[in-house]
Amino acid sequence: MAALVARLTDDLSRRTMIWLAALFVALLIAPWVVGDYLVTVLILILYLAYTGQAWNIMMGFAGQLSLGHAIYAGLGAYIAAVLFTRYGVGPWFGLLAAMPVAAGCGAVIGYLAFRFGVTGVYFAILTIAFAEFARIGFDHLGVVNAAAGLFLPVAQYTHNDLWRLRGDPTMFYYVMLAATLAAFVLCRLLIKSRIGYFWLAIREDEEAARAAGIDTFRYKMYAVMISAAVTSFAGVFYAFFYNNLFPEQVFNISQSIQMILGPIIGGVGTLFGPILGAFVLTGLAESLNSALTACGLDLPGAEQVFYGVCLLLVVATLPEGIWPWLARRLGVTELA
Amino acid sequence: MPYDVYLNVAVGGLLTGLVYGLMALGLSVIFGVVRVVNFAHGEMMSIAMYLAVVLFSAFHLDPLIMMVPIAAVLFVFGYALQSGLINPFITRPEHSQFLLLVALAIIIVNTLLIVFGPDARTVQTAYAFDSFQLGALIVAAAKVYAAAAAILFAALLFAFFRFTLIGKAIRACADNYTGALVVGLNVNRLYALTFGIGAACVGAAGVMMTLIVDVTPMIGPTYTLLAFVIVITGGLGSMPGALLGGILIGLTEALAGLLFTPSAKSMFAFGILVLVLLFRPQGILGKRAA
Amino acid sequence: MTPIRTQPNRRHIIGGAAATVAALAAPSIGRAQGGPLKVGVLLPRSGFEAGIGQDCQRGVDIAPAILTSMGMPHLSIMNGDTESNVDTAREHAEKLISDGAQLLIGAFDSGQTTAIAQVAEQKGIPLVINIAAAPDITEQGYKFVFRNFPTAGMILTDAFANQKEVFGLVGKAPKTVVFMHVNDTFGTAMSKGINVLMPKFNMPYTIADEIAYDPAARDLSVEVAKAKASNPDALLVVSRLNDAMLITRELVKQRWTPQAILSMGPGWYEDQYFKTMGKLSDGPLSFVPWYDPNKKLAQQVEAALAKAYPGVNLNTNHVFTFEALLVAADAYKRAGSTDPKALAEAIRTTNITDNVSIGSGIQFNAKGQNDKVKDGAIQNRGGKPVVIAPQAAANAKPEWPLQPYQSRG
Repeated sequence: MAALVARLTDDLSRRTMIWLAALFVALLIAPWVVGDYLVTVLILILYLAYTGQAWNIMMGFAGQLSLGHAIYAGLGAYIAAVLFTRYGVGPWFGLLAAMPVAAGCGAVIGYLAFRFGVTGVYFAILTIAFAEFARIGFDHLGVVNAAAGLFLPVAQYTHNDLWRLRGDPTMFYYVMLAATLAAFVLCRLLIKSRIGYFWLAIREDEEAARAAGIDTFRYKMYAVMISAAVTSFAGVFYAFFYNNLFPEQVFNISQSIQMILGPIIGGVGTLFGPILGAFVLTGLAESLNSALTACGLDLPGAEQVFYGVCLLLVVATLPEGIWPWLARRLGVTELA
Repeated sequence: MPYDVYLNVAVGGLLTGLVYGLMALGLSVIFGVVRVVNFAHGEMMSIAMYLAVVLFSAFHLDPLIMMVPIAAVLFVFGYALQSGLINPFITRPEHSQFLLLVALAIIIVNTLLIVFGPDARTVQTAYAFDSFQLGALIVAAAKVYAAAAAILFAALLFAFFRFTLIGKAIRACADNYTGALVVGLNVNRLYALTFGIGAACVGAAGVMMTLIVDVTPMIGPTYTLLAFVIVITGGLGSMPGALLGGILIGLTEALAGLLFTPSAKSMFAFGILVLVLLFRPQGILGKRAA
Repeated sequence: MTPIRTQPNRRHIIGGAAATVAALAAPSIGRAQGGPLKVGVLLPRSGFEAGIGQDCQRGVDIAPAILTSMGMPHLSIMNGDTESNVDTAREHAEKLISDGAQLLIGAFDSGQTTAIAQVAEQKGIPLVINIAAAPDITEQGYKFVFRNFPTAGMILTDAFANQKEVFGLVGKAPKTVVFMHVNDTFGTAMSKGINVLMPKFNMPYTIADEIAYDPAARDLSVEVAKAKASNPDALLVVSRLNDAMLITRELVKQRWTPQAILSMGPGWYEDQYFKTMGKLSDGPLSFVPWYDPNKKLAQQVEAALAKAYPGVNLNTNHVFTFEALLVAADAYKRAGSTDPKALAEAIRTTNITDNVSIGSGIQFNAKGQNDKVKDGAIQNRGGKPVVIAPQAAANAKPEWPLQPYQSRG
């Protein structure tokens, strides 16, 4: 354990470590100082940070733009939910079942794309097509209750049940926090490993990487499969936290887009990018909400417009994302 | 099922497909020349649709007449958009461009929502409920007019690109960017023009579409996706391809709805997209990438 | 590792509004006694269901004056927007509760309502559902969720009974129908229900074909062509407002007028349908939860609505939203306190016979469902709906068959 921590932090300066520690402590004590509603908001932020991180593996590390990532979360959610509602199988076992399926789905998409030379924007559109296919398909699938929605049983919880993921928001908060931390650690390990170097090479110049002898097909497949498997946990969490699943919501392209906004605003290919992006976006959305309510205005859609404008500004003025800029200001650039 | 049902549905699908084709034509022009992933394509179309609705309720001008001025407005919009906002992004990585346009799409959809509200709006022309009957064939009049206008507009566009100097210059940009620069073409201005033309196409298509469907702020994204499916299926950079793709998708959707569950008919469009991407990525009429 | 939390620590926490602390602490602490009851009203005020959400809001707007005139206590309304989206619905429910809502009302859409019900149950805040038909919501064993609206099964049962009554009144019945329904939560629930319930009712017609269409579809020409191809006598339909208009237009364009349109959902009686379709709006029958025009309170509500919103016809949205507020006020009056548990118990023993909707009144069974609410049959006539069944609530006679679209002005 100590060796692992050492390996993860061996190239970090003291300053960086202090910032990291402070952040960690802040996140750890958060539910104790804020109300239930804000805990829910924080859960949403962490969820977006987590899925953003997972997506980042495919995009930031291996350079493949996936716009249909909701399919992996959706598969995770539905598999775990069906196993729970029909066979009483707990979510952690459901996760064990969901991960290979999601990875398999990713493998299929990856195989089709990479073997047939589908790249760039075409790859992105291919992923959209698959997600839409899943959405409409599940809308007609009887075993998941099709368009009517799949509901998990819910009750007034007197205690937290981590094993079956039933309990109050604070429990979910810590689960998501642990998951985001785990994703973060995983990504850092991957980046610093051999796979990470190959991915970097592929992202920068695939032709050259292939010329240098890297089996680009295999490593791109790894990226897709790992990204898909990691994302599927988010789906399992989603199912047990929200307790209802509708294909229209779960596989919707707006979910896919929401997943990627965080990392793109925060900084694609960076470790903190997705987390920062998630905080910034949700923070903006909530502040605007409060501001509008305070003014007594009720403009449905105004929040989204402001959202879009902010997005526009960030993309136009800080193309690498906010994190690299912030990292320079804070002096923690080696954290990546 | 009696054969006339197939006939009616197929013809309806074909006519709608022609309007889809015009919309996709705009995207093909933009994507093919400027190489920008216009994820706000459907949203631009919804702007045109709302313009048509507003002008109709104010002045009772038939959409077929309004097609020209609204296309002109969209042209200006597209031109300004390209030269003002999008131009710096051409050299940026694809996901930057895409996100810029997604942001634009979000802004457009929600501004329309704030201004017009979420209820569906229609253009109730005098002929909205008319249909032509030729033996067993019953065809909605509005669809026929819309399709005819789409063909006319497309023909004009073909003529423009084929016979005018500017049209040739734009095609040159698309074929060989460096060469165009070398020859001394003002590429930035041509890009802006092209985007404007693409926007005009989608504007005209939008006005035609109001004759077929009613408009809500939320239809933008659906049409964006559809436009991409059509363009890729028909062939990037090929204008006849866009029209052909439109017809194909229109027909497929209609017949799929008839033969299978209508609520799943969009799956077929996506299925076709996947097949095309895998086996003939340049599309049916596209040229192989150099 | 889940940290250990002890009660004393929670109570000593500073920083965080008093309201949020009150929300966290046990229900018996910190709730203001007396004064108006804080009611959080969650409706889809934006998004694709916004039109209906705004219509329901009209029911909220006219309520305070009427309730006061009935001697009911004051309600302080807190508005929430579900944005026609399940995630937002959940979030805003939590927000309203942390802002002090002592009772929730909502939310028209079955999916969003389920999410809100889960929040309400977990937090121990009563939820009075105004409109949502998915049967599952009251099958979960919830103690804090109450629904004064029929389930899909109840809607179908009453629809079949009322249809038979109408067939009896006009002396004719269709032999075949085509069942068209929108492929969403409500439509799917109805479709499932039909397959289970229809055999028990011995209906004079059989379903020749079932056509499900995408709720986002903007062009229903294929669907209507498919329906026409089976040559049914009547069209059985579960749709929403936009689809109702699209279907009607296609019927006209494809030159087909069935003997009757039997709708078992919203859309065909909404104001916008009348306004947009004009003369083409006459004739369709809707078998839906409705108000009883012979009831005193219904007449009062209708008058209040006409005064506040001239030109708007009283419909399901207004009626059931109003009744939800009525239930809330009535329970508050009897409970005498804003404690959520007391409110829930009071709601459970509700017995309001002087209400607006058809049926014997508002009572809740052990599951929190009002199984006494009855649906009516209404028909579009001259720009507004009239009630033609059941007998006790009727104020007009049914007309059959539909006047052919091609011959209308």
